[in-house]
Amino acid sequence: MSEELQGVVVCHGVLAGALVQAAEQISGVAGALSPVTNTGCDREALEDRVIAAVGGRPAVVFVDLASGSCLFAVLKRLRSEQSVKVVTGVNLAMLVDFIFHRSLTPEQAATRAALAGEKSIRIP
Amino acid sequence: MSIVLCRIDDRLIHGQVVIGWGRAMAINLIILVDDQVAGSEWEQELYRMAVAPEIEVRFVTVAEAATHMADWQSNGKRGLMLTGDVETMVTLRTTHPEVVQRINLGGIHHRPGRRERLPFVYLTDQELRSLQALEAGGAVITAQDLPTSPPVALRSLA
Repeated sequence: MSEELQGVVVCHGVLAGALVQAAEQISGVAGALSPVTNTGCDREALEDRVIAAVGGRPAVVFVDLASGSCLFAVLKRLRSEQSVKVVTGVNLAMLVDFIFHRSLTPEQAATRAALAGEKSIRIP
Repeated sequence: MSIVLCRIDDRLIHGQVVIGWGRAMAINLIILVDDQVAGSEWEQELYRMAVAPEIEVRFVTVAEAATHMADWQSNGKRGLMLTGDVETMVTLRTTHPEVVQRINLGGIHHRPGRRERLPFVYLTDQELRSLQALEAGGAVITAQDLPTSPPVALRSLA
């Protein structure tokens, strides 16, 4: 069996930690997601945090906004990395979907996680 | 109008700049003075994504900034000039003191040799001395991450 994907969540402030904690509570699965905050670091330091969280493994990186310092830090050093895919607009639904589909390829897992996230946005 | 804010922020164009300061000061021109970004199309594209379409963004080298300064002072736009480090802003102030009169320390984060002055401002002693020299020459320098935060005078950071 191939290595399961790692999820990395990169957000402003305390959001990543809170999302990871909530996703773990819902799924009952710990360790599938690593939170990264942009608090207290410049561009290079944030890039280093992201790289350390990915750890050279195949991964999907979830980012809060589709622009800004978090996305920039992710793309700066990972955009040409085939084993890493990036999804923006992270929400809880996509993280939970990802946790249970980590045996897929990065592209497959990223695509279905993004769809799950989109489907969760409703005006009921 | 002209350049209404000169900011040092090592995250360059991001939320605090675009949303925080951009809206509060009705900015419609952002000038990023950074030699590295000025030569990188994909980085420019990414930074543009963070900015509303009604705001013009210019990416220039330090040398190019010098040639456009007069235009930016008279083109009718409300400009925010941004650098990623103290050194670049010192250069701009030295060459164009009539433009760079007030300097905002918005985000200078930890690196080896720097000491924390505020949670969002870390400076080496040399960087602090450079800024103090600018202030002695007439520049007004304060640290303030967002318009809703109180400005902190440079003398308080020593």
